[in-house]
Amino acid sequence: MKLTEAPARIRSFQVPYVLDREGLLGVAMLLPAVVYIVALVGFPLVLAIVYSLSDVTIGNQTIDFVGFRNFDAVIHDATFQKALKNTFIITVVSQALVLVLAKILALALSADFRGKAIVRFLILLPWTTPIALGAIGWLWMLDSTFSPIDWVLREVHLLGPGTLLGPDRNLVWLGRPNLAMASVIMVHTWRLLPLATVIMLAGLASIPQDIRDAAAVDGAGFWRQLFQITIPLMYPIMAIAVLFGIVFTFTDMTVVYILTRGGPVDSTQVLASWAFYKGIQGGDLAQGAAIALFLFPVLVGVAVLMLIFARRREIA
Amino acid sequence: MTIIEVRELTKQFGEVTAVDRISLRSGEGEFLVLLGPSGCGKTTLLRMIAGLERPSSGHVLIGGRIVNDLPPRARKIAMVFQSYALYPHMNVRDNIAFPLKAQGMPRREQLERIQWSASILGIDRYLNRKPRQLSGGERQRVALARALVREPSVFLLDEPLSNLDAKLRAMARDELQTLQRRIGITTIYVTHDQVEAMGMGDRIAVMYEGRLRQVGTPREIYDDPADTFVATFVGSPPMNLLERDDQLLGFRPEHLLPKDAVQFAPDALEVNFQVTRQEYLGADRLLYGVVSGLVEETKTISRLPSTISYPVQAGEKYDFVVRRGDVKMFDKRSGQRTAAEPAFLAGTR
Amino acid sequence: MGMRHRLLTRSGLYAVLAVFVLFAAFPFLWMIITMFKADTDLYSPGNNPFLFNDPPTLKHIDLLFNDTAYKTFLLNSVLVGMAVVAITLALSFPAAYSLARLSGRWGEPLGIAIFLVYLVPPTLLFIPLSRVVANLGLQDSLWSLILVYPSFTVPFSTWLLMGFLKSLPRDIEEQALVDGYSRIGAIFRTVMPLALPGILTIIVFSFTLSMHEFIYALAFVSVSDHKTISVGVPTELVRGDVFFWQSLMAAAVIVAIPVAVVYSFFLDRLVAGFTLGAVKG
Repeated sequence: MKLTEAPARIRSFQVPYVLDREGLLGVAMLLPAVVYIVALVGFPLVLAIVYSLSDVTIGNQTIDFVGFRNFDAVIHDATFQKALKNTFIITVVSQALVLVLAKILALALSADFRGKAIVRFLILLPWTTPIALGAIGWLWMLDSTFSPIDWVLREVHLLGPGTLLGPDRNLVWLGRPNLAMASVIMVHTWRLLPLATVIMLAGLASIPQDIRDAAAVDGAGFWRQLFQITIPLMYPIMAIAVLFGIVFTFTDMTVVYILTRGGPVDSTQVLASWAFYKGIQGGDLAQGAAIALFLFPVLVGVAVLMLIFARRREIA
Repeated sequence: MTIIEVRELTKQFGEVTAVDRISLRSGEGEFLVLLGPSGCGKTTLLRMIAGLERPSSGHVLIGGRIVNDLPPRARKIAMVFQSYALYPHMNVRDNIAFPLKAQGMPRREQLERIQWSASILGIDRYLNRKPRQLSGGERQRVALARALVREPSVFLLDEPLSNLDAKLRAMARDELQTLQRRIGITTIYVTHDQVEAMGMGDRIAVMYEGRLRQVGTPREIYDDPADTFVATFVGSPPMNLLERDDQLLGFRPEHLLPKDAVQFAPDALEVNFQVTRQEYLGADRLLYGVVSGLVEETKTISRLPSTISYPVQAGEKYDFVVRRGDVKMFDKRSGQRTAAEPAFLAGTR
Repeated sequence: MGMRHRLLTRSGLYAVLAVFVLFAAFPFLWMIITMFKADTDLYSPGNNPFLFNDPPTLKHIDLLFNDTAYKTFLLNSVLVGMAVVAITLALSFPAAYSLARLSGRWGEPLGIAIFLVYLVPPTLLFIPLSRVVANLGLQDSLWSLILVYPSFTVPFSTWLLMGFLKSLPRDIEEQALVDGYSRIGAIFRTVMPLALPGILTIIVFSFTLSMHEFIYALAFVSVSDHKTISVGVPTELVRGDVFFWQSLMAAAVIVAIPVAVVYSFFLDRLVAGFTLGAVKG
């Protein structure tokens, strides 16, 4: 008894009913983005692995497989080992700092005070500036001759002949290996503090007032509330903030490139900058790819952890 | 005057069967209510009629034609959602104009129709306002005006009164019914409120767990429930159910009355009613107590109209009766209504 | 004790805030001061760096705009940014809608998968991509950036929009379907107007992300005229061994401040995206 469709008065140009096949529509709308991502992320990823197992250079384009020779060479290279170590140190130290500082700042910002909007704007500045340009600013701030920080230290007699910080009139921030590492860590912390703070601020705001009220009634003071209620409730959020920070720091080459070019004498090289140096500047694509691939395990680990913490989103 | 029909309509979401082989046919211009608790499938059924969900199996027929493959816009139906779904970025006039625009109607004709529809619903002064500037009742009327303006052959309403506060609801019920009678559009109305259903429906279809339990006029549903679910869902307080062997005796609270207060036929059922608590509700009194004798001790409720003065004391036992005709028998295991007679005579203790 | 306690905590609060504000904003203060300093002032180690010992000058800003390719860099960044925004919207809006409304049970996992793509960093992909770009003949062209940048804007944008669209009530779209429109019609007329805040957020986010990007730009484009801000400023504003600091600082500040202002408005929504919906920003 199947009959034709009911004659409905629809618009003068007949939009065919096939557009209402939701399954089809759903796939069609999703496809461009997925194709693009596969082509520009998936494919290069595979290519990177292929390169790392071959002997491709900028000069020699043909792909000949050489097994794990590149990885072997890379691992035994002293500079690589230093770079690997540096990358971890920089990431762990800067993110630990970010974690603590962002928590404090988020707590401070959750209070009410005048001029909050301006403070928020100023706090945001490090993150909204292009990384390269912010690094340039720091390059000048940490200049071996004209650093204003040095000037201030000199004025308060902490720097200079016969003072605490040594006989030189300048701390050569970017010229001495340990100071250079410290500088890189400082810039990373500076850059990521805003993002972490804002994420934690949102996390703080989402703790229901009821719980705080209940705690107050139960007699919990500020510090007890902080450590036994607020922080535990914020573990997932803090974890997410830190994980993002880890990704952004671990994989970054810009800060090192601008501040120190990896110096002095390769003492501040990180995986990403070393890969750039070897792969693009040195022309050895295969080795560059191999070095960069060491980033991958950490990223996968981070992704897994993020998923776990995102699942635990029950805050109330 | 379109007839809506569903035949063996089923909808499954993964493992869950939301609608289970329901067959139902409306009358012409009928106000048909789908009544049931939340999760019973009534909204899913409505959405399948609208075309917002595809049935897993079965057919939807509008005006005698199978419309399973037609998208909502081709079914010439109007629907009002529980939230009214007013377009927040448009004013009232544009909201009402929306379906007319979709049809390609010329602007002048649109404005005429809008004026007509708005005045029926009494909202012509609000045409320039945005939804957020209107109260709940006003928004509901805008939703109805928008539904009405296309002169649809079918009206689908999904709990349109549940967002109004109680006082407004009674008035809105009245207006809605008057409107429907006046225009005569076949209307399918979904609600979980049995007072609304009883008050408004020409017929009520009671649903539970995806299945149709009973379809009938309010009187049929109330006086002749098809199973224990219908019996206890409709009517407040619910019907008393007493176990005896493998059967259930059911009678409504207003049928459990003091022996001395009214006249009864000799074959009425007598019970021993021990009152534990009473509630004074103004027009009625509710007596909560325990019935014994006929059955094992069971909690029971009696409703006395205020016109019967019969003072009771908590803890005391009284003689109460139920007319034989008011007792409905149900099978204990299936819950279905049986034709059995209460198999005991009056006076049996 | 109550009053004094509050006073102490108040001043404690201000002290803490002051330290952080100093840490965050001091470099910018320093950049702004440097911008206007005369050479003789800047390069005298004995001078107080925070004072204008010689009168401030606009000379270096002038130099920046007229003697260098800065304007070109700005233009390039803006062009690339706008193109990337267009591509991002075109790809991510439909994808987000599909995931939010049309994908049923697969929507959430697929959305998360797409988001995770965002975690694959440019520093991993830049080597193979540099060859792809060269083989496509796009080396040194702005088009290489336009082609590649959406690879990090699209994943996050799709995720963000997906969360946003999910929070829009379904009713309104379904009402539009019943009222006589097809899905596409309903999307254009009801979803897009209501999704405007989310769309604006994506625009801001994608634009700034493309402007900030460094490594792809460094690897793909070596021709001065085609460089973007991020790469042009560090590499081109240095003649030989000489850093034109004042101009460099000006170059950085001019870009940083407006972006920060705009960002402040869209922050909440971005945070919602970052926290994977765990927290309502």
